[in-house]
Amino acid sequence: MQLSLFWLVAMIACAIFVDVLRPFPITQMNLGTRLAPPGTPGHWLGTDELGRDVLSRLIQSVRSSLVIAFGATLLSAFFGTLLGFMAAKFRGVVEHVVVMLADFQAALPFLIMSLAVLAFFGSSMPLLVCLMGFYGWERYARITRGLAISANAQGYAAAVVQLGATPSRVYLRHILPNVASTLIVSMTLTFPEIILMESSLSFLGLGVQPPDTSLGNMVGFGREYLTTAPWIMLSPATVIVLTTLAISLAGDWLRDRLDPTLDSIS
Amino acid sequence: MLRFVTIRLLRAGLTVLSVMTFAFVVLRMSGDPAQVLLGPDVPQNIVQDFRDRWGLDDPIWRQYLSYLRAMLQGDFGLSMRDRSPAIDLVVERIPATLQLTIPALILQLALGIPAGIYAALKRGTLADRGVIVMAIIGFTVPSFVMGLLLVLVFAVVLGALPSGGASSWQHAILPVLTMSIGGIGVLARFSRSAMIEVMGQPYIRTASAKGVRWSDVVRKHALPNAAVPIVTIVGFMVGSLIAGAIIVETIFSWPGMGRLLIVSVTNRDLAVVQCILLLVAAVMVVSNLTVDLLYGWIDPRLRQAPPTH
Repeated sequence: MQLSLFWLVAMIACAIFVDVLRPFPITQMNLGTRLAPPGTPGHWLGTDELGRDVLSRLIQSVRSSLVIAFGATLLSAFFGTLLGFMAAKFRGVVEHVVVMLADFQAALPFLIMSLAVLAFFGSSMPLLVCLMGFYGWERYARITRGLAISANAQGYAAAVVQLGATPSRVYLRHILPNVASTLIVSMTLTFPEIILMESSLSFLGLGVQPPDTSLGNMVGFGREYLTTAPWIMLSPATVIVLTTLAISLAGDWLRDRLDPTLDSIS
Repeated sequence: MLRFVTIRLLRAGLTVLSVMTFAFVVLRMSGDPAQVLLGPDVPQNIVQDFRDRWGLDDPIWRQYLSYLRAMLQGDFGLSMRDRSPAIDLVVERIPATLQLTIPALILQLALGIPAGIYAALKRGTLADRGVIVMAIIGFTVPSFVMGLLLVLVFAVVLGALPSGGASSWQHAILPVLTMSIGGIGVLARFSRSAMIEVMGQPYIRTASAKGVRWSDVVRKHALPNAAVPIVTIVGFMVGSLIAGAIIVETIFSWPGMGRLLIVSVTNRDLAVVQCILLLVAAVMVVSNLTVDLLYGWIDPRLRQAPPTH
């Protein structure tokens, strides 16, 4: 647990202080030291096929992957919660539409839907964040809808309605704080999945585009040098695995702390 | 029972319709469909013929209806690559994808469920820990990392297996392994927790207290009750298998639908992308429907009222 928190803090520090930590600019090439193995003085994790420092690229990649995953998690929590609340507030047609959208999401593996959208519109950073922002919204929607309906049946929501509170006030000031811990736990579940989804897309060459770099994109390019320079691919792969592992462990811990009833949701 | 099946069928139909609508909307938002589906340098008469046939000069709602009609007749437009119908290109790739996904699914079911049940019955043993570790690997190691690690070990270091291509059955070993390892762990973990939950129920205690043999308690009382959550997760896994096929086929240069999708996305061959999109949606709808019907069969209580979301 401490170890995973330490790793997460280190990753976030990497993402924030990337300009200070990075020993070389990520595009600086040095054809004299191409494919240098890890441990070479000055290039502790080695260099890639163009002589770019793997460590510098790794730090930069951590930033892009975390920024995308963070933005996307917030977006999807926002939309999911909004739709869930709307379904709980208006019921009827609105609820049916939300359920139909959730069915739609269940009928298309997310990777395939993203690939289709990227095929039609081409890949760009804002589009990628928005697209990832659709990941897992149906989970929040389902949770908030259920919780909001049961909150409406409880005394406190009815009491503030009686006092003349507007619906938005009831939902934002009274119901939201009561479902927040469940939402935060769901966010720790979605966050690593978004990291994996973005790395998969980038690995396939359809996510983050060069000269920008992300963890998946480094693994994708490192694949070509698997036999001669496996370190290009191994270091970002290790970071992906450790980060998702750390977030899952931290999420489990948080779940035990905040919401013991959530055991079955995943 | 009839009502249960009818509601499920209606919802499945509605879902297919919403996927088609999604494709229609995205297609319209990205530009003139005649240009997009036929490609840039097509003779004017073919473009006009296409416009007439798809009614592109009609009002938007009529276009939508004729779009749906074309989809239902299997007319997905022409591939940009060689001007052949997109659907033919896709259909010819299906067998290769099934050669990977079906063995992977069988492996997952045949290893994952028994491992999970065994772990639940022998809690705290080495086997139980093994299942938990496998499940963690399944959740945290993405398939592209898993695939490349397997290539590194078995193809590069040991030289025992080919790293790509599809010319013999040995070529399928690493892709199938890559696709199934994570799923085995996930399925084992879910079966384990479903089984542990069921084993804690009062009816299990009652059954053992009245002297039913232990093997019968597990087989007749515990397993049928643990089946519902396990079936749910198997339904989800079909989707992740399809998504996994895209990545695995790319890593191992396997000539299936997933690779076709990636190549078509890269070349913006939209007719093919759209065709694969609808095909996958159809497969997923059928699999979700099967899961729903299986629920009704496993658990008679669910036939009465459809479970709400």
